[in-house]
Amino acid sequence: MPLLHVDALSRSFQSTRALASATLTIDAGEIVALMGANGAGKSTLVKILSGVLPADSGTITLKQQPYAPKTPAEAAAAGVVTVHQSTDLVGAPGLTVADTLLLTRFTERSQPFFVSRSAIRRQAQAILDAAGFDLPLDRDFADLSAADRQLVAIARALANKADLLILDEPTASLSIEESRRLFDILKRLRDGGLAILYISHRTADLEAIADRVLVLRGGVVAWAFQRPVDFAAAIETMIGRKLQSARPDARIANGAPVLEMRGARLRPDAAAFDLAVHEGEVVAITGVLGAGKSRLLSAIFGAGHLADEEMFLDGRPHHPKTPAEAIAAGVAMAAEDRHRSSLMPANWPGSSVAATISLPHLAKWYPHGFLFGGRERREAEKAITRLRIKASGPQAPIASLSGGNQQKVVLARWEAEPSRLLLLDEPFQGVDVGARHDIIQAIRSRSDRATLIATSDPEEAFEVADRILVIDHHSLVAAPQGTPTDISREIHA
Amino acid sequence: MTSINDETLSPAPRVTKTEGDPAGWLGNVNATLRSGAVFILLAALLLGFTAAEPAFANLGNLMSILQAVAVVAILGAGVTVTLAVGGFDLSIGAIAASSVMAASYAMIVWGLNAFATVPLVLAFGALIGLVNALLIVKLRVPDLLATLSMMFLLSGLQLIPTAGRSISSGLILPDGTTATGAYDPYFLLIGRSSLFGIVPISVVLMALVAVTLYVLTERTRIGRLLFATGGNEVATRLAGASTTHLKTLAYVISGTLASLGGIVIAARVGRGDVSSGGSLLMDAVAGALIGFAVLGKRRPNVLGTIVGAVFVGVLLNGLTMLNAPYYTQDFVKGAVLVGALALTYGLGRSTSS
Repeated sequence: MPLLHVDALSRSFQSTRALASATLTIDAGEIVALMGANGAGKSTLVKILSGVLPADSGTITLKQQPYAPKTPAEAAAAGVVTVHQSTDLVGAPGLTVADTLLLTRFTERSQPFFVSRSAIRRQAQAILDAAGFDLPLDRDFADLSAADRQLVAIARALANKADLLILDEPTASLSIEESRRLFDILKRLRDGGLAILYISHRTADLEAIADRVLVLRGGVVAWAFQRPVDFAAAIETMIGRKLQSARPDARIANGAPVLEMRGARLRPDAAAFDLAVHEGEVVAITGVLGAGKSRLLSAIFGAGHLADEEMFLDGRPHHPKTPAEAIAAGVAMAAEDRHRSSLMPANWPGSSVAATISLPHLAKWYPHGFLFGGRERREAEKAITRLRIKASGPQAPIASLSGGNQQKVVLARWEAEPSRLLLLDEPFQGVDVGARHDIIQAIRSRSDRATLIATSDPEEAFEVADRILVIDHHSLVAAPQGTPTDISREIHA
Repeated sequence: MTSINDETLSPAPRVTKTEGDPAGWLGNVNATLRSGAVFILLAALLLGFTAAEPAFANLGNLMSILQAVAVVAILGAGVTVTLAVGGFDLSIGAIAASSVMAASYAMIVWGLNAFATVPLVLAFGALIGLVNALLIVKLRVPDLLATLSMMFLLSGLQLIPTAGRSISSGLILPDGTTATGAYDPYFLLIGRSSLFGIVPISVVLMALVAVTLYVLTERTRIGRLLFATGGNEVATRLAGASTTHLKTLAYVISGTLASLGGIVIAARVGRGDVSSGGSLLMDAVAGALIGFAVLGKRRPNVLGTIVGAVFVGVLLNGLTMLNAPYYTQDFVKGAVLVGALALTYGLGRSTSS
């Protein structure tokens, strides 16, 4: 008997059917990967399984019992725990890592009323040991990097007695080494009888870990692949069209560089490096999380500083003190983590697709100050057509879009006005292969500007860039020739 | 921590419901009811009070209701702007009260006329707003704490020039001399005259403030940026806007409006009373928070704030006419506020996720 049996599950939002009679089974002791393009219904399925959303129709059976959790707590009690992609909500500023790890335990009545520091540390350490992670127990949650938050979330989920572990893009913010360690842990847990539903856009991850792959498309399970999985076929099933060759035709840029950095130092003790990005060229910087990619991009955008910087934009000295100055000079940046860096919360003014695109351009588009005339609506309509954004219209709330489409909107924001240099920090975070393809096309279709991309995924760098640089020990080096795997080997050497 | 909308008003992205499912049309009716709830209740109150006491509905009484809420509505509009940038101005009540004292002092002690006093007092309010903004933006004191201490400081400061005495003609100053000035009759017109003999000037001022701020917050790019600052400060800065300027603007607007409220009170009362403006802060904040429920916006909005203030005014006036004792007023206001917040957060949530 399967552990989990989902039968004809459906759920609609307004006029869209997110899930249309999806049927699947998961056995104990297997890792099932769930693939699907933006809006294929992955998130909805996860939300129903984890008790966040109710289904409209269909049944779920868990361990031969009917299963319809009304809250995440009910789901967890039944043995289904979920680690969501967004890890900000795992803890709170002011809590230490140890507190965060034990947060769910604090709510149990069996726990003693008075808690001592040492008891917390001991229990938290036990949880970390079981997961095989090494995290600073006394660090404030607010000071953790995205990767560490993810590890905390996973460790805590594993600490609860679970039959089914649902992981939504767990490696999105992990370095390759951290991912590998996570995979080892997941395999160990699987061998111990845990069922794992693993949602990811990264084929490399799925290749490494999945026993079986389910492909969701249009709200139904379109295909199930057994190991060995033919990922090319799986991806084609997922996006519903043939994949084009991943490696772009590298263009050799000539002429004067748009951005030039000389003797730049990310940290006072790091080696100095030079960087030049030319017009019509897409350069990707790859390297592990925390290597300094975001620091570098932020400094070019006026949102941070380097230890040593001598920058030139089109030959003129470029030392922006604020993002506003950088934008005025012709630099645009779509920063890492779009929810934190680009989007407005739901139900708030400015949370529509059109307003998301127009935010940096309001002064230019509405010089008189009044928001009359449909400039932002027209720009949004153009962007929706050009980037194939799946949205009900310019006024659609940004929160109603899937991750890949949200990212397209963020890209559209910075492409709405011409720029000399476009900086993209992790532009493929939580973006599936289909949308990634669209975004890459859009990035590469422009030859009137220079583009600098930071990504921790060599595969992504490989797909999008003409030239790849590796950031290592806080300094830049040219990437070795060859495949993404060679690059990752180099990074982790 | 410093703003109520951070934690509760902006939950994780949520998808709203639904035409496709069987309960869809019912959901729509629900949504309409919820967004119009304050208006429906307001209409019911008006009808109910008129039925119980026909004098309630005459024009004079309706105008006196509006006159009674004018100051609260003006202050509430200011709070709304600070809520929009993710802050909270707790000093407005104290700014209004010290503006009453400042206006009285300027006319009675310094002998200034209305045309010098009004700009002076407005500048005083703007200055306090600027100081608030400096504390918050430059020194990074959390909004609530900065404006709370400013409230404290002002309530004390207004007592110092007159050694704790209220200001009226013939005031004996701390140095023993007698003040010779008096309230300028033109100044008193602000609080005591009516346009065409019908609409009190204070109500006209309220309407002007309401329309101006509504347009500013909802229909201009400055307004969009103010809300953007409150919605996601990092994103706003990365989009090239100066969030420090925007926050400063919000607190200056709030301070200036508070001093305008003080001018209206001074012109109505005709003296600088040390105890004026006691409940202004609470009433203005209540108006702004009730405003969240108006039109189902679930966020600060100027129109909602004005409607919220008027709603409370109608309720209090009607109850007074029905001989409800004065000491029940705060209870009534509190009950309305609790109800409105429950409507905004609780009911809104259960049907929209």
